[in-house]
Amino acid sequence: MEELLEILQEMHPDVDFELCDTLIDDKILDSFDIVELVSEISNTFDVRIPAEAIVPENFNSAETIYALIESLENED
Amino acid sequence: MLFTSYCFIGFLIVLFLLYYKIPGKYQWGLLLIASYLFYAVAGAQFLIYIGVTTFSTWYAGLRIEKVKQQYTGYRKLHKAEMTKEEKKSHKQEEKKKQRIWLLLCLFFNFGILAVVKYTNFAISNINYFLNLAGRGPLNFLSLALPMGISFYTFQSMGYLIDVYRGTCEPERNLGKFALFVSFFPQLIQGPISRFADLSKTLWIPHAFDKKQVIFGIERILWGFFKKLVIADRIVAGVNTIIRDPDQYQGVYVLVGMLFYACELYADFTGGIDITIGVAQVLGIKIKENFELPYFSKSIKEYWRRWHITMGTWFTDYIFYPISVSMPMLRLSKCSRAKFGEAVGKRVPVYCATILVWFTTGIWHGASWNFIVWGLMNCLVIMVSQEMEPFYRWFHSKFSVKDRWLFRAFQVGRTILLMSALRMFDCYRDVPLTFRMFGNMLTGRNYSVLFQGGLMNIGLTAADYMVLSIGVVTMLVVSLVQRRGSVREALYAKSPAVQLGVVYLLLFSVLIFGAYGIGYDASQFIYNQF
Repeated sequence: MEELLEILQEMHPDVDFELCDTLIDDKILDSFDIVELVSEISNTFDVRIPAEAIVPENFNSAETIYALIESLENED
Repeated sequence: MLFTSYCFIGFLIVLFLLYYKIPGKYQWGLLLIASYLFYAVAGAQFLIYIGVTTFSTWYAGLRIEKVKQQYTGYRKLHKAEMTKEEKKSHKQEEKKKQRIWLLLCLFFNFGILAVVKYTNFAISNINYFLNLAGRGPLNFLSLALPMGISFYTFQSMGYLIDVYRGTCEPERNLGKFALFVSFFPQLIQGPISRFADLSKTLWIPHAFDKKQVIFGIERILWGFFKKLVIADRIVAGVNTIIRDPDQYQGVYVLVGMLFYACELYADFTGGIDITIGVAQVLGIKIKENFELPYFSKSIKEYWRRWHITMGTWFTDYIFYPISVSMPMLRLSKCSRAKFGEAVGKRVPVYCATILVWFTTGIWHGASWNFIVWGLMNCLVIMVSQEMEPFYRWFHSKFSVKDRWLFRAFQVGRTILLMSALRMFDCYRDVPLTFRMFGNMLTGRNYSVLFQGGLMNIGLTAADYMVLSIGVVTMLVVSLVQRRGSVREALYAKSPAVQLGVVYLLLFSVLIFGAYGIGYDASQFIYNQF
């Protein structure tokens, strides 16, 4: 989780990612951010997030993003 | 059958009366008949196209589901004896078989779209090179473009990709699926609905709901107002300017650019208002396609708020699949190693963005104008993305972000930028568009505006009066919409006030709509896409 928060914080230093759970709904993360994030996650966690997993429910908070990473790690 | 024709209004009244008369379980069947009738009026020969797309997509969806059932059934049966590796490879095999059906259907249907929409464009480009080589030209094919083919093809293919991804269940009833593809209000200019959204509301019985019907009628009237009072009136000025670029230069180009931005907004949002209103009268909810786009503070935001369903289609089915694909991630990794972090992380985003905007451009029309328009949008978005650090620095130094004057500047800048890019819609070719853009910036004929120049573009003083009132009304309504639903606010008023507003709108359309002897309402601009 720490690593994920670091990635997110680097992208948007002004957002409190530990509290915010409307990253997509409030348009804090846009499509460019999502792709950058997926690429960073792929490098850091060695998991590939497929396009069909890119839905607001999975990207609305750091917690849901981390849950997605964990579920993909378990799948592998 | 144009939305603005008497024929359509008659069709709608008959449908409305029948729809609420018959038992609810037959309503979707009636809508299917009505939709095919609506389509047949545009040209019975085109029914084959929509029929083929409907059947092939429906069938491919079922085949994808069947593969899934076979494979998951096998895994369930042999759960105990299969190793983790075996399960993984079994799943991969399942996905591979599903992908074959998906790709076959995508190639087939996008192939139809490509042939009917882009063959002559390809021939004209080939002829250009043949001419350079001193060879004779190829003959153009006489292919008529089936009504709404871009919209219903994209909607159908979106459904199939969702079935493949497992995000929606395939529809087993061919009739119900045919209605999803052909639902008449959205057939000719969208919105491009998602199966998961529309299927919730399209087939269920709908009892007569007075409030929904009133809201629907108000929305239809508002759409007619925008289309007939504003778009169809201002179009005369736009056409005069853009069809004679030798005469109308300098400030006239600026006027044409702004008038076209106004026409396009009133035309397209008006058409969508009618679409959503018609569906609402029938108790069906269609997703919004606009979110006050001309109040956007950046071009990126504008594209999130203009033609939303097309934007999300491209994002979900082209942008993300390409930018997060394995080859792209590998390319990104390789670029990081060779050119550094900054380049590596931009590669997937920018490659996918260029492709999306190229596709968006060509989706709008088979011409270089639209392709260049798409790529120019892409360029502006990428430049503004690269300027993000500068914007952050600027806002850390100057606290103007929340000042209304700065916001107004941002909104004005976005409107001007978008309007300038839309000039590619107007002029006959790309070099002429660039020339007219330069001409607009360098022309020194501003004085013609004060010498009655605006009276020379096919609009009279009465036209300007009506247009001014129309545009101000549209602006005021948009400002009120930012605070909440205008119709909800109106519904809270007394019936006399509600009726008064409806009559005012109706008579405004009847009296100030751009009619005349032999007048035929023009096609909606987005019909041709």
